[in-house]
Amino acid sequence: MAATRFLDFLTQARMSGDFEAVLQAIPYARFLGLKLRSGPDGLWSVMPFSHRLVGNPMLPAIHGGVTGAFLENAAIVTLIAEMDTPALPKIINITIEYLRPGRPVDCYASGVITRQGRRVANVRVEAWQEDRAHPIALASAHFLLTMPD
Amino acid sequence: MALDFGFVRGLVRGGIPHLHELGVELEAVDGSGLTISLGYQERLIGNPETGVLHGGVITVLLDTASGLAVWSAVDKPVPIATLDLRIDYLKPATPGQRLFARADCFKLTRNVAFTRALAYHSADDPIAQGIGSFMLLTPGQPPAPVR
Repeated sequence: MAATRFLDFLTQARMSGDFEAVLQAIPYARFLGLKLRSGPDGLWSVMPFSHRLVGNPMLPAIHGGVTGAFLENAAIVTLIAEMDTPALPKIINITIEYLRPGRPVDCYASGVITRQGRRVANVRVEAWQEDRAHPIALASAHFLLTMPD
Repeated sequence: MALDFGFVRGLVRGGIPHLHELGVELEAVDGSGLTISLGYQERLIGNPETGVLHGGVITVLLDTASGLAVWSAVDKPVPIATLDLRIDYLKPATPGQRLFARADCFKLTRNVAFTRALAYHSADDPIAQGIGSFMLLTPGQPPAPVR
């Protein structure tokens, strides 16, 4: 996809509030089967369970790296939906804390921009399954905010 | 001592569904760690403007290498649970190039294993580093509390 095309998506989505098109323009988000839905506290990312995502077939449990990737992408979704300028945020680092195994059911994630500066943003994200009061993982990430050339 | 190469390769190729789906390959195993690799794939792109891989792919690779490095250090595939993983993205992966991840378990205690990992195309020019800690779950006990 051409650069202008993706930024068009972003700009359109920011006007219409429909960020699903932006998410589906990210090949890896499609690979993980990610979707969006509106939650009571903003946009939620959804990762429907699939056997392809399993990292521990004995439990079975979702691959921890996949849970981390889901959180990272949910942080990007939060930034794209809520920040002031249209740009694809570049990740600097992420810390993922694993609280519970990801069971073979759908995952949800919601993020909060803790701080947005001119060049860097900090986002906190949590992922849960059936019960939001029992998150399966938390993440905190920094992103570089770059304007496209 | 090290885990048997063929045993780990079997896990990576077929025993762990997500690694099978990705096509992760085992490169080398030794006493303190191991190296895995992943070929470039368009479905793993994170930035459609540039074709650069999604950071999440690198997270999967570093987490996988780190967990397998714990097994390599313990010398058997004991049940483990990742406590936390911190990843620094040093530079973008180059589109089209094969990605490698090398992880070492540099400290093993009775309950916790500590790992360091690097992702790279060329070992002297890292793309990302990952620092992990893992709980060692005693074999025979329930793998992890559900609540």
